[in-house]
Amino acid sequence: MSFLNKNVSETQIRLKNRLWLYILSYLILFLLIVPSLVVIPMSFSASQYLEFPPREWSLRWYENYFFAWKVENGFNDWMQATWTSVKVAILTIFVATPIGTMAAYGLVNSNSRLGKILFPIFISPMMVPVILVAIGLFYFFVQFKLVGSILGLVLGHSLVAMPLVLIIVFSALKNYDMNQEKVARSLGATRFRAFREITLPQIKFSIISASLIAFLTSFDEIIISLFVAGGDNSTITRSMFLALRDQIDPTIAAISTILIVISSGLLIIVQLIGNKENKKD
Amino acid sequence: MTIAEMEKPNERGLQQVAANERLTFFGLTLPYLLMVTALIVVPVGWLFYLSFIGRDGSFSFENYERMVKSKAYIRIFLTTFKISILTTIICAAIGYPLAYFMSQLSRKWANICMIGVLIPFWTSLLVRTYAWLVLLQKKGLLNNMAIEMGIISEPIKLVHNTTGTLIGMVHIMLPFLILPLYANMRAIDKDTLKAASSLGATPTRAFWTVFFPLSLPGLLAGLLIVFVLCLGFYVTPAILGGGKVIMAAMKISSNIELYFSWGAASALGVVLLVVTGIILFIASKLVSMDQLGNR
Repeated sequence: MSFLNKNVSETQIRLKNRLWLYILSYLILFLLIVPSLVVIPMSFSASQYLEFPPREWSLRWYENYFFAWKVENGFNDWMQATWTSVKVAILTIFVATPIGTMAAYGLVNSNSRLGKILFPIFISPMMVPVILVAIGLFYFFVQFKLVGSILGLVLGHSLVAMPLVLIIVFSALKNYDMNQEKVARSLGATRFRAFREITLPQIKFSIISASLIAFLTSFDEIIISLFVAGGDNSTITRSMFLALRDQIDPTIAAISTILIVISSGLLIIVQLIGNKENKKD
Repeated sequence: MTIAEMEKPNERGLQQVAANERLTFFGLTLPYLLMVTALIVVPVGWLFYLSFIGRDGSFSFENYERMVKSKAYIRIFLTTFKISILTTIICAAIGYPLAYFMSQLSRKWANICMIGVLIPFWTSLLVRTYAWLVLLQKKGLLNNMAIEMGIISEPIKLVHNTTGTLIGMVHIMLPFLILPLYANMRAIDKDTLKAASSLGATPTRAFWTVFFPLSLPGLLAGLLIVFVLCLGFYVTPAILGGGKVIMAAMKISSNIELYFSWGAASALGVVLLVVTGIILFIASKLVSMDQLGNR
């Protein structure tokens, strides 16, 4: 067992002396990843009760999700909620990404004093407790009859997605040499053209990542949706939350499985994009 | 005319251009500023105003007085702080070794482990909460397994109580602690440890006197982020607490959904916001975000 005596750190600690750290760390990683995955086998169970491993397999919960238009409780119509979520998430991309990118561009170029004032204000949607934002929006939207509307949801979700877009694009622009735009402009390009033809192609992957993250933020958002959505425009997370508070419907396991597939798919795309951008440098 | 005087108009022109530039850049941030003002500053300001309006519609402090006097509110504050502090401590105890372990690995392996941290980070909060419900309930996976293996004879109550809430919250908060901590640990110059051990420090001593103090800014940032997020947490305690763990955010929500009492909800929200603000302010004084060295 000579490998146990290998030096594993700068302080000449031997592997066997910190085997516990390896075991503990893998255990923690296991506990981080595996619990969420338990919903996948559950979603294929034929039983109404949660048994593990399921004794019989079936797709009934997926059928329930895709085809059972009215669930008895009355408040969930899964497919309609899913479409609302998808619509809102896509619209959120188109609101949050341009606004966040413009602000990031403005902040990177403006003097540091203005930035110091604006930055905390800009990330405030991440700092203010979401519940407060949610009831504030609810109160505000009641005045404008926006409660239960797609527009209200898009505004609310964009608000929480914008700081993420801002941070991603801001850090991309920080690593980018703005002098390239100056060169383009000294050769006669307008500022907008210089941005579009010189800067944009070089930060496009960050902007794509940012918009995917905006999509996911909106798609997963619960608390604002709980207050702002309503009527025919419930979101999928809102319907799930309301269903979960009352009972354990295995349909939720099926929906959860679909959500896991969507978010890990998007995460992989974002990571791949990140690698591509890093390789370029 | 001297040369100096001739240059002046030019200089003035340049200043004009610079001023225009600044205005353009500021203009680009305007839509963002407008969104935040319209959707956060104004509504939260309005809630602040509402918190000082009593039941009869006149100015009063009754919403705040109730919080100090009513036993129910005091219990909610205690629960909120207890759950937040416990979650933060457990996250630190679990997250520190993992972040340390990852910081010792090569970049490639650390990135692979990082996927393990990021997958739960991007998995819907509801999905993770639901998964814990499945695992922890009376006839759930854990109880069944423990009974089959003969560890216990009766199922233990793991969910719809504080235990379940804590398990779920730690799982959800852990990435928020690990990410800044890991970034900080990566940035620590490994030569300092070599120096310590060449001067005769044992590995344990080198860790505690050199590495640990250098990792404190990251740890502190992580702890404060987790604590602040816990204070306003709603979904997980609502589902895994089973109505027995009532935290501030849940009280705000029920004040509005069940009792339509905007004053009480707003006052609680204002307190939550002020506490959060104070903690974040302290955090920004203690650790500057650049110090985390993620780049």
